[in-house]
Amino acid sequence: MASSPKLNSRIPEGQLENKWTKYRSTVHLVNPANKRSLEVIVVGTGLAGASAAATLAEMGYKVKAFCFQDSARRAHSIAAQGGVNAAKNYQNDGDSVYRLFYDTIKGGDYRAREANVHRLAEVSGNIIDQCVAQGVPFAREYGGTLSNRSFGGTQVQRTFYAAGQTGQQLLLGAYSALQRQVGMGAVKMYARHEMMDIVNIDGKCRGIIARNLVTGKLERHFGHAVLLCTGGYGNVFFLSTNAMGSNVTAAWKAHKKGAFFGNPCYTQIHPTCIPVSGDHQSKLTLMSESLRNDGRIWVPKKKDDPRKANDIPEDERDYYLERRYPAFGNLVPRDVASRAAKERCDAGYGVGASKMAVYLDFAANTERYGKIEANKLGLQNPSKDEIIRLGKEVVKEKYGNLFDMYKQITGEDPYEVPMRIYPAVHYTMGGLWVDYNLMTTVPGLYALGEANFSDHGANRLGASALMQGLADGYFVIPYTIGDYLSEEIRTKAIPTDHEAFVKAEAEVQERISKLISNKGTKSVDYFHKRLGKIMWDKCGMARNKEGLTSAITEIQKLREEFWKDVRVPGDANEFNPELEKAHRVADFLELGELMCKDALHRNESCGGHFREEYQTPDGEALRDDNNFAYVAAWEYKGESNFELHKEELKFENIKLAQRNYA
Amino acid sequence: MSHGNMNLTLKVWKQKNKDTKGKFETYNAKGISPDMSFLEMFDVVNEQLINEGKEPIAFDHDCREGICGMCSMYINGRPHGPKEGVTTCQLHMRSFKDGDTIVVEPWRSAAFPVIKDLAVDRSSFDRIMAAGGFVSVNTGNAKDANNILIPKPDADEAFNAAACIGCGACVAACKNSSAMLFVSAKVSQLALLPQGKVEAQQRVLNMVKQMDEEGFGNCTNTGACEAECPKSISLENIARMNREYLWASATSKD
Repeated sequence: MASSPKLNSRIPEGQLENKWTKYRSTVHLVNPANKRSLEVIVVGTGLAGASAAATLAEMGYKVKAFCFQDSARRAHSIAAQGGVNAAKNYQNDGDSVYRLFYDTIKGGDYRAREANVHRLAEVSGNIIDQCVAQGVPFAREYGGTLSNRSFGGTQVQRTFYAAGQTGQQLLLGAYSALQRQVGMGAVKMYARHEMMDIVNIDGKCRGIIARNLVTGKLERHFGHAVLLCTGGYGNVFFLSTNAMGSNVTAAWKAHKKGAFFGNPCYTQIHPTCIPVSGDHQSKLTLMSESLRNDGRIWVPKKKDDPRKANDIPEDERDYYLERRYPAFGNLVPRDVASRAAKERCDAGYGVGASKMAVYLDFAANTERYGKIEANKLGLQNPSKDEIIRLGKEVVKEKYGNLFDMYKQITGEDPYEVPMRIYPAVHYTMGGLWVDYNLMTTVPGLYALGEANFSDHGANRLGASALMQGLADGYFVIPYTIGDYLSEEIRTKAIPTDHEAFVKAEAEVQERISKLISNKGTKSVDYFHKRLGKIMWDKCGMARNKEGLTSAITEIQKLREEFWKDVRVPGDANEFNPELEKAHRVADFLELGELMCKDALHRNESCGGHFREEYQTPDGEALRDDNNFAYVAAWEYKGESNFELHKEELKFENIKLAQRNYA
Repeated sequence: MSHGNMNLTLKVWKQKNKDTKGKFETYNAKGISPDMSFLEMFDVVNEQLINEGKEPIAFDHDCREGICGMCSMYINGRPHGPKEGVTTCQLHMRSFKDGDTIVVEPWRSAAFPVIKDLAVDRSSFDRIMAAGGFVSVNTGNAKDANNILIPKPDADEAFNAAACIGCGACVAACKNSSAMLFVSAKVSQLALLPQGKVEAQQRVLNMVKQMDEEGFGNCTNTGACEAECPKSISLENIARMNREYLWASATSKD
C-alpha cells in the first residue's frame, strides 16, 4: 500500500531515536526581528493552546488567543484527574523513552505513527521539568522528590500527579504562563469568543471569523498561521465526560475548508465512570483510572444476584479482569476494560438498579494500607476496625476529592460500599490529520492536542492526553512552526476587508440568521439527545455493518429535521447560549455521519474501534494489518460526500503483534 | 422528560445586560428528581420555557464536575447554595424538599458586572493573575524536576492553596466584595515553593495593586469567604498574604 499523494507526513529521515533531535536542530528559524511582525492565532486555551500561546509569545511572535469560556483557565483540560506520564525512570523500575514509546504504540493497537510517538516520549521528561519550574504542586514523597503512580497498559510507575486534580494543576501552570504574556502585552486574549470559521487566502490559512459571545458581534482576525487547540468531539454522543461546551466546530469548519479528518471513528470509552441515573442526565462523570491502582473490579458470579455488594462473600465474586488478564489485572488498557465490563453486563451479571454497572471495590486495599500504617506506627495486634480506619486515611489522601465527588453525585459513600461504575465516552483519538510539524492539509493551519489525530492510534493510554497536549504546545510547535513561518517573513498582515474575510463572515452571518429565524418547534437539546442515542447505540462500544449503515441514514434524516424544526430563542446580537449550542449541534450532526462512515469502512477491530464481525474467539479486537495498517484521512467534498485518502503506517522499529495483556 | 416528583418555585434574577435593570421572575419547576444536579434542574426549566416559546434563563456552566469554576449561582443567599464544599453543578436536588421556594441570583459585586441573568463578567480575576500570578520562567529553562526538593508538608500546603477554582464565590460571599481569598491562594501557593520565592515580593505587591484597581473591597476578617468556598481554601492564606505584603512593602526598593 502506498500513501495518497495528497498526504505528505514529512517524517524526517534517519534512525527513529535521532529523527527529532536532528530535525529540531536543522529546521528553519525565524530571526527575532521578524518574529515581531508575524502573527499567530491560537484557538482554545487548554493544555495545548495555553502552552503554545505562552511559548510562542515568549519567543517573540505576536499572539492572539481565543476561548469560548469566560476565562482561559476553564478549558476542559482542567477536569483531567489522574496524571501525566513521563519517562523519567525516577522509580528505577526500568522505564525509558523506548518503553514509553513502545507502550503507547502497543496501547494504541498499532495504529499510530512511530516517529510522532517517539518524539512524544522524548519530550515527556521536559514537561515535568517545565511544570515544576512553574510551581505546579505535584505530589511528593517525604524526602522531597516527586511521587509516581501506575496507570493502565504499563508495568512501570511513570505517572506524575497532583491528587485527583492533575489536569487542573497543569492547566493553571500553563494559564499562569499565558497570563504572564497577556500582562506583558505579548498575547491578546479573547475570552467568551467562539471561532466560527477559518479564512483561507490563496490556498493558505490566514485568519478566522470569531463571534463575541457577549455582544454577538462577528469579528475578523488575521494571522500568518492559525493553531486549532480545540479539544475532542466526544459530545457528539450527547452524554460524555466532556464539558458541556466542548465541541467540534473549529475542527469541523477547518475540515470543510480543506483540512482532512483523520480516523474519526476512533473513540475512547472510559471504563470507570459513574453510571447514568436517569434521562435528565446532562453529562457523565469520570472516576479516574488511577483508582484502578487500588480498586478491584468485580461482578457477582451469580446472574441477577439481588444481594448487596458487602453481603456477597469473596468466593462468589468474579474479579473478571484479574481472571482474564492475570499479567495486567485491573490495569489493562481502557478499551479492553470497557469491553469486558460491557460483556459482563450484557451477559446478565451487571449490578445496581439498571444492571448496567460493575463494582469498583477498595476494601482489600484499604485493609492493606491500614496494615502498613499500623506497622509504621508500631501498633501491636491492632483491631480490624483500627486497621480499616488507618487505611481509609491513606485512601482519602490519595483519592479524597474523587470519593467526595462520587458521594455527592450518587448519594452513596464509597468508603463503605464499592463504587458502581460503567464505561462512558471520554476522549477522541481521531481528529484533524496533521503532518510531523502538526500542520493540517491546509498550509498555515495547525492542530494540537486532542484536536489532532496523531499520537494515540486507536486507543489512548491513561495519563497520555496531558502529556500530548503539553508536548505539542511547549515543545513541538515552537520549533516546527518555524518551518512554515520562515517562508512568511515577507507576508504583510492582510487587511481584514479582503474579500475572503468578507465572504467568510457573510456565510457565518447567513447561518446565524437561519438558526434564529427558523422558529421551529423543538429545542437544540432534543436533537442533540437523539443524535447521541444513535451514536451510542450504533457507533459506540461495539459496532457492526448493519447498525452503522442504518445510523448513516438516520443521521441524515435527523439533520434534515433539525434544519426544518429547530427552535433557537432570543436574538443574534446578545449573549445567547442556545444559539451557541445550535451551532455546535449542527456541526455534530455532520460529523456523526462521517464517524459512522469511517467505522463502516474499517473492516477490522482495533483499540476503541470494535467491529463485532472482527474478533478473536476470546472476544478480543482482531486487527487486519494487511489491509488496514493506515490512517484514514477524509476529504470533504460536499454534504454527505467524503473522499478517503490513506497514509500508510510503517512499523520499522516495532513488530506488529496481537496485543496481549493476559 | 424527567421522572421526579418534586415541585419547586424558583425566583430567578433576570437582567438583559449590564446596562439595564434586572428583576426577579417566578418559575415553576415540575417533576424534578432528587438525583438531578441543580443545573440539570435548570435544564429542565429551560427546556420547558423554550417549548413554550419563552426565553430561557442564561447561566454560566461548563464542566459540571466541580472543577472548572464557571458555574456561579447565589442560591437562597449563599454562593453555590446550602451545601458546604460543593459548586452549584455538584449540588443535587436531594438537598431540597418538595414545595420549596428557591431564590437564585448572580454573584453581586461591582467588580463582576452582570452579562445576562445569572452570568457575570469575572475578567477582573484574569487581570489580577496577569499582574503577577506566575513564576517568570520561559519554556525550555527548566532543570531536572528532582533537582528541586520540596518537603512534603510544603508541597501539600501549596497544593491546598492551588486548588482554588477561581469561581468568585469568596467575593460573592463577602459583604465588602473582597477578593482577598482568591488572591491570597495564588500568593500563598507560590510563596510556599522555592520556585516562587525569587519574585515573591514583586508578585504580592503587583497582585494586590491590581486587585484594588479592579474595585474589590477590603477584608474585614468575617471569614464568610472561607465558609462558602467550594474548595475550602483556608483563611490562613490571607494571613500569609498580609505578612508577605507587609514585608514586601517595608523592603521594596521601588
